[in-house]
Amino acid sequence: MAASAAALRHLAPLGARLARLPPRGRAAGRLLQQRRGIRLSAPAAIQVTVRDALNQALDEELERDERVFLLGEEVAQYDGAYKISRGLWKKYGDKRVIDTPISEMGFTGIAVGAAMAGLRPVCEFMTFNFSMQAIDQVINSAAKTCYMSAGSIAVPIVFRGPNGASAGVAAQHSQCFAAWYGHCPGLKVVSPWSSEDAKGLLKASIRDDNPVVMLENELLYGVPFEMSEQAQSKDFLVPIGKAKIERQGTHVTLVSHSRPVGHCLEAAAVLAKEGVECEVINLRTIRPMDIETVEASVVKTNHLVTVEGGWPQFGVGAEICARIMEGSAFNYLDAPAVRVTGADVPMPYAKILEDNCIPQVKDIIFAVKKTLNI
Amino acid sequence: MPAASASGARSHAPLPFLTVPRSRAAPPGATPPYALTHASRRFTTPPPGGPSPAAKPRPSAKMAAMAAWRALRWRLLRTPGSGPARRLSTAEFPSPEEKPQFPGASADFADRLEFIQPNVISGIPIYRVMDRQGHIVSPEEDPQLPKELVLKLYKTMTLLNTMDRILYESQRQGRISFYMTNYGEEGTHVGSAAALDDTDLVFGQYREAGVLMYRGYPLDLFMAQCYGNTSDPGKGRQMPVHYGCRDRHFVTISSPLATQIPQAVGAAYAIKRADANRAVICYFGEGAASEGDAHAGFNFAATLECPIVFFCRNNGYAISTPTSEQYRGDGIAARGPGYGLLSIRVDGNDVFAVYNATKEARRRAVAENQPFLIEAMTYRIGHHSTSDDSSAYRSVDEVNYWDKQDHPISRLRHYMLNRGWWDEEEEKGWRKSSRKMVMEAFEQAERKLKPNPQLLFSDVYREMPPHLRRQRAALERHLQHYGEHYPLEHFEK
Repeated sequence: MAASAAALRHLAPLGARLARLPPRGRAAGRLLQQRRGIRLSAPAAIQVTVRDALNQALDEELERDERVFLLGEEVAQYDGAYKISRGLWKKYGDKRVIDTPISEMGFTGIAVGAAMAGLRPVCEFMTFNFSMQAIDQVINSAAKTCYMSAGSIAVPIVFRGPNGASAGVAAQHSQCFAAWYGHCPGLKVVSPWSSEDAKGLLKASIRDDNPVVMLENELLYGVPFEMSEQAQSKDFLVPIGKAKIERQGTHVTLVSHSRPVGHCLEAAAVLAKEGVECEVINLRTIRPMDIETVEASVVKTNHLVTVEGGWPQFGVGAEICARIMEGSAFNYLDAPAVRVTGADVPMPYAKILEDNCIPQVKDIIFAVKKTLNI
Repeated sequence: MPAASASGARSHAPLPFLTVPRSRAAPPGATPPYALTHASRRFTTPPPGGPSPAAKPRPSAKMAAMAAWRALRWRLLRTPGSGPARRLSTAEFPSPEEKPQFPGASADFADRLEFIQPNVISGIPIYRVMDRQGHIVSPEEDPQLPKELVLKLYKTMTLLNTMDRILYESQRQGRISFYMTNYGEEGTHVGSAAALDDTDLVFGQYREAGVLMYRGYPLDLFMAQCYGNTSDPGKGRQMPVHYGCRDRHFVTISSPLATQIPQAVGAAYAIKRADANRAVICYFGEGAASEGDAHAGFNFAATLECPIVFFCRNNGYAISTPTSEQYRGDGIAARGPGYGLLSIRVDGNDVFAVYNATKEARRRAVAENQPFLIEAMTYRIGHHSTSDDSSAYRSVDEVNYWDKQDHPISRLRHYMLNRGWWDEEEEKGWRKSSRKMVMEAFEQAERKLKPNPQLLFSDVYREMPPHLRRQRAALERHLQHYGEHYPLEHFEK
């Protein structure tokens, strides 16, 4: 009974579609397969690592606009400290991919000046921890200049690089800067999770006329994600300022960005077995934050848990909670919102300590159960 | 790095990463070895398949084998006391004329332990054209500027001086919040500005108003910026003296010191890519040159080969810090060669010296795509700003000396008087009319309204985001209701 029911469900699209116009694209392929038993080519979605997605985005944007160029330490001859810019120097040469001396302060200033003079630089930090050496150029010069020059000077620049915890790199290489940069008007701040996020947001950031900080994650670089056919196209953009609901749910809203989104989905899978359906929201953009999506979700689920890798004080979760409180969704909360964050210590080196300093799946599950009182 | 051959022996041919000085006079068509290409990178796109080591001379297998056989034979046949003939590989017996092969420096060996002394007793000489009485010292250095240009230089300097006096006073009277004067440094401004093309991009620090004035920025816009009124193109967003003018290629002044230095280099890089006949000039003080940004900027300008002129106004003080506490080397000019910059020190109170140096530096920077460093020695006669009282750290006598005995304005005036281009009558007339112009602009600026409060929200981003639009609308509603409690009559509607 169950088998035939399953078979019928399998054929349902066929039946439903027979009554309508012939389908296109992937549905057509599937339909044809079913009708004629023909083996067509594999579905158009493919597995792409975040690293390759970023590489594609850079390649496409360098090709599209000759004002775009990449600079940073090791980006050219070494193919990128994390190989994000693999092959780009060979393809585009010294003019478009530039190795810089070791001075974040220096090359960030240069990138800002080049942007002021009409180019569109992509400035890579080996990690955002090193951006602190250049933070005056990012905030005082890039972020504030449009305002302070009354609109006469634009700074269309993208700062990108790995952010947050990695594995075994200790305190000075593990800090999350989402809250630091998200604090500043004049900047846009994005934080991708999947390959589609990475590619679409990097392309959108390069095409944006404002300074954009793109916070990637080193541990995600090697992780493959499915990338739809649409996402593989050269004009695929993910809009800056729009969150994405990765998983629909009804009992609790989990809001996160970057790598913890994956942890939230794992926690949701575990909780689903216990009958708790979590709605997982991938913020994708820190500033301007898409609080409307979070609010709509909280109105539906009545419970909120924020998850981030950064420290708790003045963090992304703190901002989400404050905004929920200030808006109409507050009336729909059945329990106080809960934040799951990194531990409030500089990141230790010892593996067991490091593992316990960042939110794990069990911490998210614990927070959900606590807020749901189960 | 060339791999050593299997036997470990080397050929006699010079190794590819030679420390030959990076000569810009390389004969056309010469292919430098790979390492030199790396050292003096212009826009050489690597060939497909990656950078080719083809330029490296590699010892052939046969040569290497022969060298190895010779070494082995020597080892087998040697007897104590019998010296081997000089046919053996250099790896075992360095020749007396061996040259160092380090990639990091092109130099000979030294046999004596000797530290290089920083030469602060007799430092880099100061180039000048006129003496303090306005007489040309060496006629062949005279730029022979036409009368109209010299008069323009003089009138710009004196107009700036007059404007400074009036605006400084206005701060003291509480009319504007802050001001910085340019007393004593007017020569550095107009001398360099006159030597540039109109489209050359200027990055300043904050004491370069004369450059903007030379380019024709009107008095009422200077005043508008200081008052932050509706005529201010900066929409009243900045402290006074933070001028900016896109049309005159003068980048808006930014407060943090020396951040403009690497930005100027980046802009020069962009200009080089565009292959335009344009240069960038970057002004900064000797105090700002201590910032890390300055080090990075100089270094990058040289490695990226940018058409930029760095112009340092060494005026003796950084607020209260005298140069003796700012640095212990021979000023800023001595640092240039350390970065690979062609450098010169000039008398900043001699307009013609500043003009000559800037003109030549600009010409060569654009023609050769390389950076130049000019250190203009001068003296800050005024206080650092209206927040400073310099009598706390220097004597009035010292200030008076420079004001009376070595001032760029008087020096040029002497020159003009000597040439018969100026006299006391014209001087009196010009002082009166320039003061009148400044006062008129000043009074107008005072009377003008302040910008519309709605402008609080614009230009944070290129396009106004929804949350700011909402806040702006909320402010508008609030003012509609409660406007009478605010001094809205001072603001533009």
